[in-house]
Amino acid sequence: MKPVHWLVVAALAGAIWASFAFLSLDLGLLLTADAQALMWKYVASFFPPDLSAEYLARIGHGTLETIAISAIGTALAAVLGVLLALPASGRFGAVARAASRLILNFLRSIPELVWAALMVMAAGLGPFAGTLALAWHTAGVIGRLFAETLENTPPEPALALRLGGSRPALAFLYGTMPNVLPQLIAYSLYRWEINIRMAAILGVVGAGGLGQMLYFSLSLFQQPQAMTVILAMLILVVIVDGASAWLRQHLAN
Amino acid sequence: MNHAFRDPAALPRLSLTVLILALLLPGFSLTEFDLAALFDPRSRETMGKFIGTFFPLATSAEFLQLVLKSTLETLAIATAGMALAMLIGAPFALIVTRSLSISRIGPGAGYALGRAARLPARFALILFRSIPEIVWALLFVRAVGLGPAAGVLAIGVTYGGMLGKVYAEILDSGDARPVTALLEAGGGRLPAFVYGMWPVALPELTSYSVYRWECAVRASVIMGFVGAGGLGQQMELSMRMLNGGEISTILLVFLLLVVLADAISAFLRKLTA
Repeated sequence: MKPVHWLVVAALAGAIWASFAFLSLDLGLLLTADAQALMWKYVASFFPPDLSAEYLARIGHGTLETIAISAIGTALAAVLGVLLALPASGRFGAVARAASRLILNFLRSIPELVWAALMVMAAGLGPFAGTLALAWHTAGVIGRLFAETLENTPPEPALALRLGGSRPALAFLYGTMPNVLPQLIAYSLYRWEINIRMAAILGVVGAGGLGQMLYFSLSLFQQPQAMTVILAMLILVVIVDGASAWLRQHLAN
Repeated sequence: MNHAFRDPAALPRLSLTVLILALLLPGFSLTEFDLAALFDPRSRETMGKFIGTFFPLATSAEFLQLVLKSTLETLAIATAGMALAMLIGAPFALIVTRSLSISRIGPGAGYALGRAARLPARFALILFRSIPEIVWALLFVRAVGLGPAAGVLAIGVTYGGMLGKVYAEILDSGDARPVTALLEAGGGRLPAFVYGMWPVALPELTSYSVYRWECAVRASVIMGFVGAGGLGQQMELSMRMLNGGEISTILLVFLLLVVLADAISAFLRKLTA
């Protein structure tokens, strides 16, 4: 190891020590017999999960709501992203390009959960707020990527159509779109996958779906119900992961 | 239009679009989609007033001090959480990785034992990382109370699960010859790891850990929303009081923090590469 590496190691150790000291954390307290007994009692209160037919039906509805939030949110984001990507790729001049890039960066850099908290204030509690929150953030992500795709796609096909006398909109649709559409669709589907996972937890700030059910049941000290929601989230995530891996493998060939 | 000029792909494309829209349609009612609610005059007026308060930014010395404290708290939560995550993840990775398995080399008597240890370890890692950190934070807030301790524990558990998996993958994918040679010559697992594997895998392990720290900074801001301390908790308070100026100040600090974490992480990775 070079001396500079020792310095970095020392600095990191110092940072970790300072962090624990700053937060005045004493994780040793968690290991005392009293705290452990309380912890086990808390953990035990989550079992068995509530598997009554009635609650499972509500979980089913919550899951559908979560999937709907993610699907509609992503679809809106794709539309908004494309609309912003057109000026952001420099098709309407440098000013429009800079302005739309600024908007895209702004949309993208605010996390979904912060958007959700803001949208709950604008649209009220419920899944609509979550849908809007996902739409804003994802529009920024998709818009930026799509703008770059548009800039990097070869201009010749559209140019040929224009020189052949076709109108600009048609030249774009038939000259440029066929090149970029597959990537747009693939990336939107990928973001949808991410958004399903995100929609499951957005509810903790009141934006609908499974997260909201979890937040309610925990607030009402209904741990068995909370456990059911957590299990539903786990199953949803595992299914989405598996499906996406399977699709990727089979679509690639 | 002349038949020859018609787009031959129009019909399939149109029907596919209609099909997708039909599939999305029930989603609109499920999500209680209602743009009118946004433009309802009453809510628009309150919203307009609220957005109006976003500028100017809140810059009173007292509030800035509060923000600085929460920012440091966020960084500390991320750092302490990562330390805990490495403490959890590293032993799991050593158990799970196949490269350090002695029974794999010969007709090992410990084959069944190794399998029996590896399976639950792998399952525990999946459980740790598949439950989102904000859910862990919610649970820990109720177990250990509001404040940064819940955030540190949540990051420790979730990222411990991720680190354990990825560390094991890094150890598996690296050059296994040195460590196999040591094991075959009769070395113990831990010495074989320290001398045969650590030097090879270190850059990748550090690089991934630093990247995760960067993610932990972002995550710790978000976890604040459920009461796990740091900037997020401060933002939640400002939102509750509908104080737009404070919200925009905190948002700005958050963006700067993300950029800073990005720069630190890039610097550390360049150093170890």
